[in-house]
Amino acid sequence: MTDHYLVLSAILFTIGAVGVLIRRNAIVVFMCVELMLNATNLAFVSFARMHGSLDGQIIAFFVMVVAAAEVVVGLAIIMTIFRSRKSSSVDDANLLKY
Amino acid sequence: MTTMNAALAAGEVVQHPHAATGVLSATWLLIALPLAGAAILLLGGRRTDKWGHLLGTAMSLGAFLVGALAFAAMLGQKGDDRTNLVHLFQYIPAGSLNVDMNLWIDPLSISFVLLITGVGSLIHIYSIGYMAHDPDRRRFFAYLNLFVAAMLLLVLADNYIGLYIGWEGVGLASYLLIGFWQYKPSAATAAKKAFIVNRVGDFGLSVAVMVMFATFGSLSFQNVFGHASEASHGTVTAIGLLLLLGACGKSAQLPLQSWLLDAMEGPTPVSALIHAATMVTAGVYLIVRSHVIFELSPDARLLVTIVGAATLLAGAIIGCAKDDIKKALAGSTMSQIGYMVLAAGLGRPGYVFAIAHLIAHGFFKAGLFLGAGSVMHAMNDDVNMRKYGGLRKYMPITFATFGLGYLAIIGFPGLSGWWTKDGIIDAAFEKGGTSGQILGWLALLGAGITAYYMSRVMFMTFFGEPRWDEDVHPHESPRVMTIPLILLAIGSIAGGAFLIAGDRFANFLAPVVGEPEAGHKLITPYTVIVFALMVVGVGLAYVQYLRRPIPRTAPAGNVATTFARRDLYGDALNESLFMRPGQWLTRLTVYFDNRGVDGLVNGLAAFIGGTSGRVRRVQTGFVRSYALSMFVGAALVVAALFLVRI
Repeated sequence: MTDHYLVLSAILFTIGAVGVLIRRNAIVVFMCVELMLNATNLAFVSFARMHGSLDGQIIAFFVMVVAAAEVVVGLAIIMTIFRSRKSSSVDDANLLKY
Repeated sequence: MTTMNAALAAGEVVQHPHAATGVLSATWLLIALPLAGAAILLLGGRRTDKWGHLLGTAMSLGAFLVGALAFAAMLGQKGDDRTNLVHLFQYIPAGSLNVDMNLWIDPLSISFVLLITGVGSLIHIYSIGYMAHDPDRRRFFAYLNLFVAAMLLLVLADNYIGLYIGWEGVGLASYLLIGFWQYKPSAATAAKKAFIVNRVGDFGLSVAVMVMFATFGSLSFQNVFGHASEASHGTVTAIGLLLLLGACGKSAQLPLQSWLLDAMEGPTPVSALIHAATMVTAGVYLIVRSHVIFELSPDARLLVTIVGAATLLAGAIIGCAKDDIKKALAGSTMSQIGYMVLAAGLGRPGYVFAIAHLIAHGFFKAGLFLGAGSVMHAMNDDVNMRKYGGLRKYMPITFATFGLGYLAIIGFPGLSGWWTKDGIIDAAFEKGGTSGQILGWLALLGAGITAYYMSRVMFMTFFGEPRWDEDVHPHESPRVMTIPLILLAIGSIAGGAFLIAGDRFANFLAPVVGEPEAGHKLITPYTVIVFALMVVGVGLAYVQYLRRPIPRTAPAGNVATTFARRDLYGDALNESLFMRPGQWLTRLTVYFDNRGVDGLVNGLAAFIGGTSGRVRRVQTGFVRSYALSMFVGAALVVAALFLVRI
């Protein structure tokens, strides 16, 4: 029964990964990152249920906390870049290179 | 040969020094006074310009006074008690090497002290006049004082380390004074040449000192000479040969003679003091001082005599061809030191004559050089004798003193050179055997050539028609220059007779080099031959340089003249044998350094730089490409984990 959750988690993770790789809008990339994080959360919780232990559920909470912090910092960065470059494309923020 | 060795061994001289008392214990002042003079003048700088020359002269005279008092005190001692030791300080207390700095005051060293400070003081006085118009006169006197101090340390030290310090000190002073007019490239080069050639000799002396320490465990004269007979024959010969190498460098003997002629670039008083009277005779001192070692090694002694005989001829031949008055005298100096080295190599009868000739030579050659300086002064510093001539009327005192020095050096009967040089020639014949005959005849031949080239100098300078440049107005030098000339001329007249007549000097030196052999005849058949050769030499010079007019520019000359003019190709030999290969070696090393070492280092740096230049292109700045590489990497890691698991 829990196998289905794992399959769903894998599908969500793949969607998120593909989104990160192919989308240019920073907000969408960001949302895809969130999707990947939540896919792993789902996998953690499913494994916790499968093994009857609480470890996975606790780690899911940690992930949520970290994700929340990341959203704060990430959104602030995206806002700042947008203000200075009038664009939210990740390809336009390419000054830091060789 | 064997009988002579036996005689030497039987009469072995061992000096037993005792602590000095009275005036003799104050002999440290000998070195301290001129050293203080040099320090004050060098550190005081321009503030001392006004009285620097007076201080320098006073310090030298003060040292002479101390030396004279010490000499008087020594005369009051009995013969065997004349070896005094003044303890100064413990110099090197390092494990088994223990060097005490003591002064060794014995008849030999006191003779040198009197020569160095006496002639040195006269030359100091002369320099007051000679250098009067030089803006750097103070520096000149500082260096002269430094030289006197170093030379006194050389002859007074009781160990080979102290001697070596003095040896290097006089080398330094010689370098500084040859290059005194360092703005002249020729003077700067000559100074460097003298220093470098001397280094070859100093290498020999330093290795000799090391071998002595390894063999005897001590470097004091007392220990080295006391235990010399216990060392193996090979070791003693090695030490003797190394000492000879050192002596060759300092005394401009073949094959290290080339620096002396160039050293004439220095001011003339320097040529008189350092390159005629004192420093260049240090090699003779070294050999006579180390006579115990040479007496144990007939091979080393034979080489000493060969070097001496070869140099006395080479110097005389060079002297015949030089038109530069100072270089002619420099060739003569080489030749006369050759006589001394020859005598020192002959063993016991020779030591006394070597030192006596050294002292007599100190007087007449210093007089000749100072006379040459006086002439140069009158001729606007021109040294070319072809532009001299007829000066005897204009410079009577210089002419008279130079003439007396000239008569002394050619061995005119009764004057200094006659007493001492004939003694050396006799000693060479007395050596016996084929070698004695050869050495004796070579020395005789040298005496004849000496008469020829000195007459040439004399005739070209003071006789004949004037051949001066137009703006030259010859005049006699001031009294401060002529008085030293007169005093040196007196020494040239009387020195030899004073030393040799009645074996006075031989008895004085007996505690150092052994009792003189009785029955030294003053007049021998060789004396007559020497006189005849001298007359021939003078006559030849008379025909060539007085009867015939002298061209103002040197004629081309034949092969022999060119040979002598070019210093017997000594420089050419050094150049082709040492300088050129040295240059090639340097160039090879530079090439290897540039191409090999630098190539490797620079190549490696260029490779890393180029590689990193290409690799950094990966940093494109596109975030998504980084993300892709992260995903691919993560996927690879996961795949690898799966593979391992299965």
